[in-house]
Amino acid sequence: MEVFQSHRKSSSNNVIVSILPFYRSAPPLEVRLEDFEFFAMDRLRVLKGISDGLCRGKKPEEMEKLVEDLWKANMRHPQAVEEVNKDIISHFVLRLVYCRTEELRKWFLSMETTLFRHRFRLESSEAQRALMSEFKLPYKAVSNAEFESVKDKLSQVARSMGQNLAAADAIFYKVPFEEVPDLVSGRRVFIHKGHAYVAMNQVVSLVVTQFRSYISKALILTNRKWTSTIREQEKDRLTPIVEALCTSYLGPDYSQPQEFGEISIKDIDQVAKTSFPLCMRHLFEKVKEDHHLKHGGRMQLGLFLKGVGLKLDDALAFWKAEFAPKVSAERFDKEYAYNIRHNYGREGKRTDYTPYSCQKIISVTPGIGDHHGCPYRHFSEENLRAALVRMGVSSRAVEDVMDKVHNRHYQLACTLTFEAVHGSSCDAGINHPNQYFIDSQRVLQSKNGSVA
Amino acid sequence: MTKEEADNGRDDMVIDVPGQANAVPDGFNANYLRIYYGKLFPHADMFKWMSYGNDGKHPGCDKSYFGRREFSFTLENDIYIRFQSFNSVTELENSIKEKCPFKIDIGPVYSVDPAKRHAYAQSGDNVFTPVERELVFDIDISDYDDVRYCCTGADVCLECWPLMTIAIKVIDTSLRDDFGFNHILWVYSGRRGVHCWVCDGKARRLTNEQRAAIADYFHVYKGNENSQKKISLPGLVLHPFLARSYTEVLKGFFEAKLLPNQNLLASEERYEKILEMIPDASVASELRRRWQENKRASMSKDDINIVRWEQLKSILQSGKQKMQGLRRCVEEIVFSYTYPRLDMEVSRHMNHLLKAPFCVHPKTGRVCVPIDPNNCDEFDPTTVPTLSQLLEELNRGGLRQDAENEWDRTSLGESVAFFRTSFVQPLLKSCKEGIENSYNAKLQQSKNDLSW
Repeated sequence: MEVFQSHRKSSSNNVIVSILPFYRSAPPLEVRLEDFEFFAMDRLRVLKGISDGLCRGKKPEEMEKLVEDLWKANMRHPQAVEEVNKDIISHFVLRLVYCRTEELRKWFLSMETTLFRHRFRLESSEAQRALMSEFKLPYKAVSNAEFESVKDKLSQVARSMGQNLAAADAIFYKVPFEEVPDLVSGRRVFIHKGHAYVAMNQVVSLVVTQFRSYISKALILTNRKWTSTIREQEKDRLTPIVEALCTSYLGPDYSQPQEFGEISIKDIDQVAKTSFPLCMRHLFEKVKEDHHLKHGGRMQLGLFLKGVGLKLDDALAFWKAEFAPKVSAERFDKEYAYNIRHNYGREGKRTDYTPYSCQKIISVTPGIGDHHGCPYRHFSEENLRAALVRMGVSSRAVEDVMDKVHNRHYQLACTLTFEAVHGSSCDAGINHPNQYFIDSQRVLQSKNGSVA
Repeated sequence: MTKEEADNGRDDMVIDVPGQANAVPDGFNANYLRIYYGKLFPHADMFKWMSYGNDGKHPGCDKSYFGRREFSFTLENDIYIRFQSFNSVTELENSIKEKCPFKIDIGPVYSVDPAKRHAYAQSGDNVFTPVERELVFDIDISDYDDVRYCCTGADVCLECWPLMTIAIKVIDTSLRDDFGFNHILWVYSGRRGVHCWVCDGKARRLTNEQRAAIADYFHVYKGNENSQKKISLPGLVLHPFLARSYTEVLKGFFEAKLLPNQNLLASEERYEKILEMIPDASVASELRRRWQENKRASMSKDDINIVRWEQLKSILQSGKQKMQGLRRCVEEIVFSYTYPRLDMEVSRHMNHLLKAPFCVHPKTGRVCVPIDPNNCDEFDPTTVPTLSQLLEELNRGGLRQDAENEWDRTSLGESVAFFRTSFVQPLLKSCKEGIENSYNAKLQQSKNDLSW
């Protein structure tokens, strides 16, 4: 088992081992079956906590605190060696669980990378430097002469981020910009002729990129091994545990519409008014108003309607009719019908696409002419208030909702809206637009004795 | 030119129009296109470009390279065919001449010939997946409708076209100075925008994540009609890229051209839009009061927009302003009106198809000609050659025995010559050097391996 150890001296001068593993190889340890499951569940709580934090739009400093707290609460062990073992074992178990589909891999990769990033940042700078060399990153520090020549620009970049170029930061690394996409993305580095000048404190990015790329490849390999040998070999022992671990934490995906099996076109207008969450109401209104929607909006609303129970033929008729003032029937059949059939899994690689969850919708940023994404996140205060009032939310409830929005708790804001509109509580909280719809229909049905 | 390119496929058809012998009525149809593809479309140069030096002459060439590139054709009647691939310039040319596509799109280079894609799995080792693709950008003037009053939607004129010119300047400078790219082709999209193709090897091999990072680096204008604040420039100073764009391009253009030409401060409706961007209500009110009292430009002979802009700047930059949000307010206003608005989705994914240069736009009849970024101020979209104009020019020249290089006797000649000498030739020179170098390196490597 390859594990890097860096020694940290405590105040009492005892050497304390601090370890951040890279999970290069599966541990050749014997693990009890119960530990297999429990370790994984503890780690899953950490990852799920991270996922919630990201969804709520927490800032990096807040995430760092969150990660520290989550780790302490779920993964700490008085004996360092035991803690390392649990860390490594739980990671490898979850690899088995989350290697099996593209979407699971994406989620796991994202959460593990975030976890690693913040754990790395929490390390001391000597530990970080040591970990960097462990990764064998071949980037040289910038020479003094070169530093002098770009010092002004480096200072400008630091100040643009509200920081100052302290003497300690005089160590910069020059790396090809391709190696640090997230720093480039946020304009947090000076780039010149293809090279990025990375400050010591940004070095995290370099290491994290390596980590991410490694785990990504490892997941694909694990999936291969799982499907070819492990799943069958372990069908009486590990496989049932692995499969249970996955579904217990990822909720229903709403790809198969449930109790309110079918909705026909004539019902849509009505249920849109009563049971659509704000994001879908907005898209729906815009389609009616503009007789058009850009791609992002068509996907978000189209898949939602599929989850609500709109059959393919009805979906085609719906979009065709709405677009009719701007798009001739012929042009519709040529340019739009294919994509709708694609969403229902009738074309191309025949994937049956699942409606987007709140997490996914919140994470997109609508561009010019777009109306998708989460309105609680993107609408201006004025527009959001007006929209809530149109939905029938009382002015006091609007204040509560806006309070959640200001604290970037977008899903809580949507939950409060639900409660205000329906006059009943939603304890589970909203995390999927189709869940909002189903819960809404349930409430209305119990009130009226029929589907509204 | 290889032997394959010799036969041009003589097409002796000349259009007969009653009345004027040479006149060709405006229009866009298959007959016109047939002649265009027969005599004017630069098949051989497009092939040379797309081959990136892999013409089979050097032993280090990858003979399969051109054949793995996807093209897509939109035929008459909106029939759309994807995954077209060709193994030689002759195949490419013959297919275009035969099918007469109304639009040609260029996709990525895949791991295998797209014609064979069904034989490959979706995942695992032998996949059908993009392996190279130029870094591309798409800028459309209809995304600027909220800041131009002379035209809307698909229209464009010489008053608002300069918005595209400055977008080219900002992005082109950054691609070269910051990212170190050299082989950049800018193309007029035929109606209302521009496309950019970055063709360096490093650019073609960028991953989706790296493309997204570059797109995000350029992403400053955020939001749409639903959100209030579209440009936010926090921080004490601007990042060097933004600062350079502002001082070298945007500020000058805004103050000297856009402000007076679009009368941005002349009327209440228009100046309110700018006042809305000032976070301090008292400052906004003060300006509003002054401008309402002073409806006619009184003493000064200067343009009223410029006078008012100076007043705005002097209040906001007076140094008396301590409020946080006001520091960069002037820059934010200039950026909102002038900073490039890119279509992010186009740049992010390797598999995005983009229209090929030298296509003809169906709605305007204009050819998608290259634009010289060093002379982009001179580019005039209203004088770009149209299909009918070119055919008329051909007619005037009469029939020629030598059917090569017909474009030289038309207005297209200049564009093809520019394409060749400023883009294709330097690109090919660099590619061939690259092919030779890596071939020699491999030879050296195998020699080293063999040595004892």
